[in-house]
Amino acid sequence: MSARGAGGWLKTYAVVYLAFLYGPVLLLPIFAFNDSTIISFPLKGFTTKWFEQLVNNPVLQGAVGNSLYVAISAASISTILGIFAARASARFDFPAKRGIMGFIMLPLVLPEIIIAVALLVILIQLGLDLSLSTVILGHVLVCTPFSIAILSSAFQNLDRSLEEASLDLGETRLGTFFRVTLPLVAPGVISSLLISFTISLDEFIIAFFLTGTEPTLPVYIWSQLRFTAKLPSVMALGFLLLVLSLVLLLAAEYFRRRAITRTGAQGAATGGLM
Amino acid sequence: MSVIDAGVEIAGAKAKAPPIGWRRWLKTDSASGLILVSPTLLYALLLLAAPLLTVVVISFWTQDYLDFDRNLSLKNYIEAWTEPLYQLLMMRSLAISGAVTVATVLLAFPIAYYVSFYVPQQRKAMWLFLITIPFWTSYLLRVFLWKVILGYNGVLNSGLLGTGIIDEPLTFILYNANAVVLTLAHAWAPFAILPIFVALEKIDRSYLEAAEDLGDGPIRRFCRVTLPLAMPGVIAATLIVFIPTVGDYVTPKLVGGTDGLMIANMIQVQFGKANNAPLGAALAISAMFIVASIAVMIVWLNRRSMRGQS
Repeated sequence: MSARGAGGWLKTYAVVYLAFLYGPVLLLPIFAFNDSTIISFPLKGFTTKWFEQLVNNPVLQGAVGNSLYVAISAASISTILGIFAARASARFDFPAKRGIMGFIMLPLVLPEIIIAVALLVILIQLGLDLSLSTVILGHVLVCTPFSIAILSSAFQNLDRSLEEASLDLGETRLGTFFRVTLPLVAPGVISSLLISFTISLDEFIIAFFLTGTEPTLPVYIWSQLRFTAKLPSVMALGFLLLVLSLVLLLAAEYFRRRAITRTGAQGAATGGLM
Repeated sequence: MSVIDAGVEIAGAKAKAPPIGWRRWLKTDSASGLILVSPTLLYALLLLAAPLLTVVVISFWTQDYLDFDRNLSLKNYIEAWTEPLYQLLMMRSLAISGAVTVATVLLAFPIAYYVSFYVPQQRKAMWLFLITIPFWTSYLLRVFLWKVILGYNGVLNSGLLGTGIIDEPLTFILYNANAVVLTLAHAWAPFAILPIFVALEKIDRSYLEAAEDLGDGPIRRFCRVTLPLAMPGVIAATLIVFIPTVGDYVTPKLVGGTDGLMIANMIQVQFGKANNAPLGAALAISAMFIVASIAVMIVWLNRRSMRGQS
């Protein structure tokens, strides 16, 4: 088998694989506009009534509000925590660095149910009530490792001589950080905010365990899945959520690329996740 | 370091950090790094380490109606490890997760290989972005979509009936372990591709040329050079998929039926309806322990086989 022949087969495989990856998601736009209460073929005709059902639904509107509040809070806090840790790990060598960073990144590989259960247990032991704030606490924990991954590559690609020049010219260390360093890594910060926001917006398990009486959007969707009649409007809602996620991701990708110079091509390709 | 500096350091150590040594230490890289990382570390200690420790402690307590009996006991662990239902759920979780891991890694390898070896440098980032997009969309919705696809009146059955390929709906595709494996393999695919891709990218291409010059054909070259060098990525992919999927809750609940339920569903029941948090905690700790042991074993076996080759 020649190298080119293998490449041809691999390319075919890659295209089929992508179709497998995207297939299920493509059903959302198809059935969100399908004029039938049952989600199956053949298609019955075009309608926008499932979207109209979403508009006059106070419970859904509440859930959207809750989710936005949680996602904005979680994204801001995890990005701030991410800046601290990413800066420390990119710039300094300190004792037990591998251990400390590994521990902070641990939520990336822990099953989410373990995190959810652990937080639930300690909150109950402390006698705290479950609320949107407790959901935020959990979301910050899972978003921070992603923030660190994105911000680390931004900080690593920073030209250190620019900071030194600022210090030499008499700026304080804090002043240098806010007037030189932060503007330089700003695209990375924006990318981290967008990705954390997306993760928090879509996260279900932790919100399911830690939310009190106010559901987030995924918890609301979960409660609707039991009712067959509600499924078409869930498809419509899912379609809107998908579009929103895509817009946020494309924006995040745009800013992430701006944050990384061409030299960091490999880190750039994997989103700094590895 | 000058003699004076060294003297100050020694004096500092003897007098248990006098002001001068302390202030000097604050200016070192170690101190700056530790101070800078401390807010994030503190958050992780308070909201990850402390909660996990609490779960461990509670797993040794017992439920006493609405309260906990705080006398330490192994009762929950004995129940978690001997009760046939829990054994079954644990074994099933490991089996499903193992199948998902093997399927995901095997299917992911050719994609990672294609992107690393055949896609031009400037288009690699675009390919990886395309592969990772579905991963960032709502997990709940992706799992729910599989339920819609595989259902009795679902997309797949109605499509196949409509085209006349089948006469009656297929029933073996939803509400069993196969559906869980398929759905999880789909959901975790991007996570397996990335580490393998990174490992392949690191391979020095001149090794491959050397193998070819020394007379290896493409298949021998792949088995003797590419695959061994890609193993760290394959192992990373295996762990990244295996560890979280053992504890998956949504997929078995939505597409698993009763024959596809996994350990996480039982943990949730214990914390919820059954109101037996200590038993739930013991089940969670036991699952973590088993998963961690398997992970350590995989890494150890890989190290040993690597050493055997060199």
